[in-house]
Amino acid sequence: MVFAKTKSLLLTLLFLLAPLCVSAETLVVEQSFNGDHEIQATFATAADKAVAEDISRYTVFEEQDPDIRLTITSAKLGADGKNVSLHFADPLNTANTHVVAMKGSGEAEQTLFKVSKSYLGYLFGIFISALLINNFVFTKYLGLCVFFGTSKKKSTAKGMGVVFTLVMVVSAIMSWFFYQFILIPYDLNFLQIVVFIGLVSLTVQAVDTILRKVNPILFNSFGVFLVLVIANCVIIAVPLIVANNNYNFFETLMLALGAGGGFLLALYLMSAVSERLQLANIPPTFKGLPIAFIVAGQFAMAFLGFSGLQVF
Amino acid sequence: MANDKSSIQLVTRGILSENPIFKLALSMCPAVGISTTVMNGIMLGIAVLFVQVFSSVTISIFKNMIHPRIRIPTYTLTIATWVTVIDLVLAAYMPEAYAKMGIFVKLIVAFAIITMRLEMFACKEPVKDSFWDGIGMGLGFMVGMMAIGFIRELLGSGAILGHDVLGFKPLLFFILPSAGFFVVGLMMAFFNWIEVYYKRTKGLQ
Repeated sequence: MVFAKTKSLLLTLLFLLAPLCVSAETLVVEQSFNGDHEIQATFATAADKAVAEDISRYTVFEEQDPDIRLTITSAKLGADGKNVSLHFADPLNTANTHVVAMKGSGEAEQTLFKVSKSYLGYLFGIFISALLINNFVFTKYLGLCVFFGTSKKKSTAKGMGVVFTLVMVVSAIMSWFFYQFILIPYDLNFLQIVVFIGLVSLTVQAVDTILRKVNPILFNSFGVFLVLVIANCVIIAVPLIVANNNYNFFETLMLALGAGGGFLLALYLMSAVSERLQLANIPPTFKGLPIAFIVAGQFAMAFLGFSGLQVF
Repeated sequence: MANDKSSIQLVTRGILSENPIFKLALSMCPAVGISTTVMNGIMLGIAVLFVQVFSSVTISIFKNMIHPRIRIPTYTLTIATWVTVIDLVLAAYMPEAYAKMGIFVKLIVAFAIITMRLEMFACKEPVKDSFWDGIGMGLGFMVGMMAIGFIRELLGSGAILGHDVLGFKPLLFFILPSAGFFVVGLMMAFFNWIEVYYKRTKGLQ
């Protein structure tokens, strides 16, 4: 059953992604990044060496900033005359989509093609970014009240983290639908906050009711936390970030999963330390919150090490 | 009813004995997140002050019409409405400061301190007292934010309110995000220490 679900999900995913794979221009068959300084492109037919190696014919820029042209140091044509590799003076930010414009040998005809990393890699990048690099607790400072309140015991931390992830994913998806299909078409963007907080409360209530009926055992262990979730900044932040960046459905899902996972990770790490702290000899003025803050600060410093992490 | 006296008491209580950041330990997220400069503290403090006062007064006016069972959703929606207003006003008139504070203005909606004051104070007390209580809590939050911002700005970039005071940068570390945790933790410990010290000297006399 689960397998069938995953399979159908994957098929939908492939179906949705298919147009991205076949959208390449007819002249340029294949394009990719090759390391930090190089873009490689394969032409459909062999190109003229003099034309293809003339760097003045190429203009390359990142899709977001068309005004900033990247400097090309050299263009090399492969032995078969089909492969051209462009070398750049500065390292490329391979996370962004790059646009390459080529002037052909003839008149003013120009070919544009886009170079980007694979879409799945990009999605995974969002997930990893929300989980580690921009961890919601240690790098964005969200949900601290709950974070310090419930990270005393490992079991509590785990339960809390799972409930948060669940609520985050459901409410983020619902908010995305509301945002894309109601708020944007009717130009009600200013109602974001009211709508999102309403949806989050609704999700919490729904999870509460459904869990109570479907799995009473799970409810007994999680139910207590649900009340705490209702108005928490870490949950309301996800739809707000999604609305800000205009993410699509899969990006939203990945962000919500990453944020929830990051919260779970942070809670678990902190609770592991808290359990040890109870045995430690702490100066009386530092007991309770102050020492928790200092431990969190050390975690935040450790998480700084993830910045600049790139997967794919 | 000595209203004048109680209004002053309500305000000072919010700033000192029930300071939202250092005493109640609520709304920590912005206290750690964007307290890198005094200016940020003042701006977010003002925003919170307005939201707190407006929602306190609104709830206090309508307290007899709100059914107890739906009070929490009512509070949430009231706060969300006022946050939207403040958010739009800031975005329109102070775009620079708004850009610096980023998502935290919108997140005022989830501040535990505001909901807590509505639940504990505004739904029981008359409008005037709720107003002063809101002012006190807002100012308390602002003072806390400014204190953290002052330390971080002075130590991190050697400046106060953007003016260079020291002429050098003592510890760049304090501008870094993770320093927020350390500063808040150390300040809490400091206040605890004052309390302990005060009690000890009092006990000796």
